[in-house]
Amino acid sequence: MSELGEIWVYLAREPLAALTVTLLAWLGALRLQRACGRHPLANPVLFAVLFLAAGLLAAGIDYRAYFEGAQFVHFLLGPATVALAVPLHRQWSLVRRSAGVAVLSVATGGLFAAAVGVAIAMLLNAAPEVIASLAPRSVTTPVAMGIAERIGGLPSLTAALVIGSGITGAALGPLVLDLVRVRDMRARGLAIGTAAHGIGTARALSVSAAAGAFSGLAMGLNALASALMLPLLWRLIVG
Amino acid sequence: MIGALAALLTCQLAGEVVARALHLPVPGPVIGMVLLFLALLLRRREAPPALEGTADALLGNLGLLFVPAGVGVVLYLPLLARDWAPLSLAVLVGTLAAIALTGRLAQWLLRRVP
Repeated sequence: MSELGEIWVYLAREPLAALTVTLLAWLGALRLQRACGRHPLANPVLFAVLFLAAGLLAAGIDYRAYFEGAQFVHFLLGPATVALAVPLHRQWSLVRRSAGVAVLSVATGGLFAAAVGVAIAMLLNAAPEVIASLAPRSVTTPVAMGIAERIGGLPSLTAALVIGSGITGAALGPLVLDLVRVRDMRARGLAIGTAAHGIGTARALSVSAAAGAFSGLAMGLNALASALMLPLLWRLIVG
Repeated sequence: MIGALAALLTCQLAGEVVARALHLPVPGPVIGMVLLFLALLLRRREAPPALEGTADALLGNLGLLFVPAGVGVVLYLPLLARDWAPLSLAVLVGTLAAIALTGRLAQWLLRRVP
């Protein structure tokens, strides 16, 4: 028994176990996605988060202990964001012709996403710090956390809401776009990237190279637009 | 692959330095993306194959990279249990309404400016 205890202490302290289960959960999630015929609702990020969250709760493991190991995967978000320049460059001849359209629709859509979320939370009497945490939720995680901090939200709650929004947009966005008859792949990419940042972009890249490039562009533009405008608007409107 | 990884990290590092030096509200990786994009434009050729391969490998598994932060939702279970209605409605309606509006607006504008 004490030997098992020692092994447990080793596994809990070293990053190896957290890293391994994260990759295994992701592989399991991809397998489940394929089993569901790659339906948009079968989102692998959602599956993997559910597997791991259930595992942590069942085993009574602290999230911070898990993140100690999983941060090596988390770290790659930075280089991956930089790497979005590559598909953008590949599709540049297509993108440059519609650069103005992209800026206009992303800035409008990004502020609209923030306004609708905030309005709903206000109508339902959410706490002020919860409302402020909701405002930047359609922006990519690191930017959203920075904005939340500036306007009086809780950065780590924002991170959870950003990922929730990304999964929602990636899973239900394509169905909504079918419903409102948006068939242009460029417009679909812009819409998904604006509201569902990197998680939506991951989905868009797997469907079409053009949609993926426009989605990555929209994600970057919304990060710029929201980081510049949201704190200012918040001060003007909320005070 | 190591060269490509070094290029990505160099752009990110330069982005972080620029963001801090100029007090920009935009995070380093987003500025790094702009820097790498400008570097690729200045080459006036296709991106190096090694960079294309590494970028595709990273982006092909982009979803995985959000998983560790996503699991952080376990920290907010009490808050989510209390405020689940406004939070889930705001996320669901806000995200989907924004997708519908952005998609329609972009498609309409793209038809006018082909």
